[in-house]
Amino acid sequence: MDDTRLQRGPRRGPRTGPHRSRLREPRRRAGLLRARAAGPVLAALASLFLLLAAVAPGWLAPTDPLAIDPAAAFQAPSAAHWLGTDESGRDIYARIVHGARPSLLIGAAATGLGLGLALVLGLVAGLGGRLLDAGVGRIVEVLLALPGLLLALVFIALAGPGVATTIVAVGLSTAPGYARIIRSQVRSLRGSPMIEAARVLGHSPARILARHLLPNALGPVMVLATLGIGQAVVWASALSFLGLGEAPPAPEWGAMLAAGRTYLGFAWWMTFFPGLAIVATAASSTVLGRALQRRAVAA
Amino acid sequence: MTEQALPGLPGGPGGPGDRAEGGLPHPGGTAVVPGRPWRAAGAWLLRRVGSAVFVLWAVATLIFLAIRLIPGDPAEAILGGPGSQASAEALAAARLEYGLDEPLWVQYLSQLGRLATGDLGTSYALRVPVAQLLTEQLPGTLALAAGAWVLAWVLALGLALWSGLGGRGAAVVGSALEIAAASVPHFWLGSVLVLLFSTAWGWLPPVSNGTAAGLVMPIVTLALPLAGFLGQVMRESMLTAMTSPFALSARARGESEAGVVLRHALRHAALPGVALSGWALGSLVSGAVVVESIFARPGLGRTLLQAVTLRDVPLVTGVALVSALAYVVVMALSDLAERAIDPRIRDR
Repeated sequence: MDDTRLQRGPRRGPRTGPHRSRLREPRRRAGLLRARAAGPVLAALASLFLLLAAVAPGWLAPTDPLAIDPAAAFQAPSAAHWLGTDESGRDIYARIVHGARPSLLIGAAATGLGLGLALVLGLVAGLGGRLLDAGVGRIVEVLLALPGLLLALVFIALAGPGVATTIVAVGLSTAPGYARIIRSQVRSLRGSPMIEAARVLGHSPARILARHLLPNALGPVMVLATLGIGQAVVWASALSFLGLGEAPPAPEWGAMLAAGRTYLGFAWWMTFFPGLAIVATAASSTVLGRALQRRAVAA
Repeated sequence: MTEQALPGLPGGPGGPGDRAEGGLPHPGGTAVVPGRPWRAAGAWLLRRVGSAVFVLWAVATLIFLAIRLIPGDPAEAILGGPGSQASAEALAAARLEYGLDEPLWVQYLSQLGRLATGDLGTSYALRVPVAQLLTEQLPGTLALAAGAWVLAWVLALGLALWSGLGGRGAAVVGSALEIAAASVPHFWLGSVLVLLFSTAWGWLPPVSNGTAAGLVMPIVTLALPLAGFLGQVMRESMLTAMTSPFALSARARGESEAGVVLRHALRHAALPGVALSGWALGSLVSGAVVVESIFARPGLGRTLLQAVTLRDVPLVTGVALVSALAYVVVMALSDLAERAIDPRIRDR
């Protein structure tokens, strides 16, 4: 009896008998593998470009991102201005390239802050007794009840807008999610034979924490951070889009997009391309993060 | 495997399978307290109400503390911030009016007392009771969020069904769509939709003008990223279910593929979507702020944004409390929905 038909799950293509379908199987798989590999490669290339733009913007775009040229305002994309110009004749491509550094720095700083906070909360909850665990769980629950942007907005309302506020606000709003994951990591590691062995060998708690718990808990967290940086960049740019982040003349993607919306009717490139930069950042961090996650599962 | 379940870790405590709440049987369940379903239901309700009160108290307390910890004179904030250059007399009058000269704990207790009676205070900027502003703005946001939520579920379920039924393109289209949806920010998506449907083709109004046509683009903008996230977990769960032993046994009993998908796997696909409800609400609330500002649509989100710009603390606190309350309610509802969908939770 042909049991592949039962196990294969969803039937693909016409039912042509087991022989033919078995022949088709490898080809389909090869195609999927290729598609899977193409994503991370593209994402890695995009990330490389973004990093290069953040480290050496002048090398990728020699034009001054702040130089105004009223005669060249609102020019559509052309050979001279690859992605067009804005209302003051500033080159959009140069502004996007120069905007990479602040965007990535804010994203990385916010993710770092969120992870640091989450690490403290997660370790306390994971290693502490039941009371501590319950207490931290409550804090996390309250933070989760205020969704990302709302928490950030409340914080900005209290502390006033600005880059530092943006970093703290986005970091705060990402912390509860990470904290939950770190806690469950630490909890499941704590009871593992590896830790028990270290304890039996007489290692001090501090040594167990530093040598065994942290490295094992941090691996998956690094994957999450890769996934998270893109999201943090999106949130930070959302805040500047709303007029609460970096001030307009600075080349910042969210602020550029907001400025372009006034001229959406006839200068679509002012809105479209800065947004594309944000999407590329978020997408490549998502794809890379997922690829890392898959590798971690395979290992 | 859901997003939270991390690689290589068997479901340890705190993993996705280990829910802090739960454990009590469904009112209609028979397993744990046979014959006394109402007691269990009452306990469930009590626990939920308790958690709601706790979350609201904690949010109010956190904001109260934050205002006092962050440098700056609250009286000055009441009169329009440091830029207003209020006179010393005006500051003194504001301090007296808002009781800022009282000891901190008196201020704290009196604020909690006011909140407990439903008095959310008066907006600094608009000089209108916050509760009144919120009730005016809530319906618009509710319509937007509900519409987006329904659309997101329809899209995500459709995608899960498509891949469950073995649509060849579903995997490729699905994952591409999902990654795109997961990384496209609302503000860009909304702008691009306006660009296409209003500026280029003139099909839909670029601002939300109260008509049904004006609601289409805001809802789609809000729904697509959410649909991407939900579709991701639901499709994965559907595929896992389709290769599981129970699907195999259903097929062996002669169930058709469509029957396996609809009668057996669909529940499994829907579960992670339901479990993510609290998160989905967060995404809708955050998105509503952006979408309402893009489409110039009145609602809580735009009110919040204006309040943040003006540093109108009572109004911001009010919106935060409403959102926290909504989160608690949604979590309770999703708990009920999970029990209805998944007998394993019900009978635990």
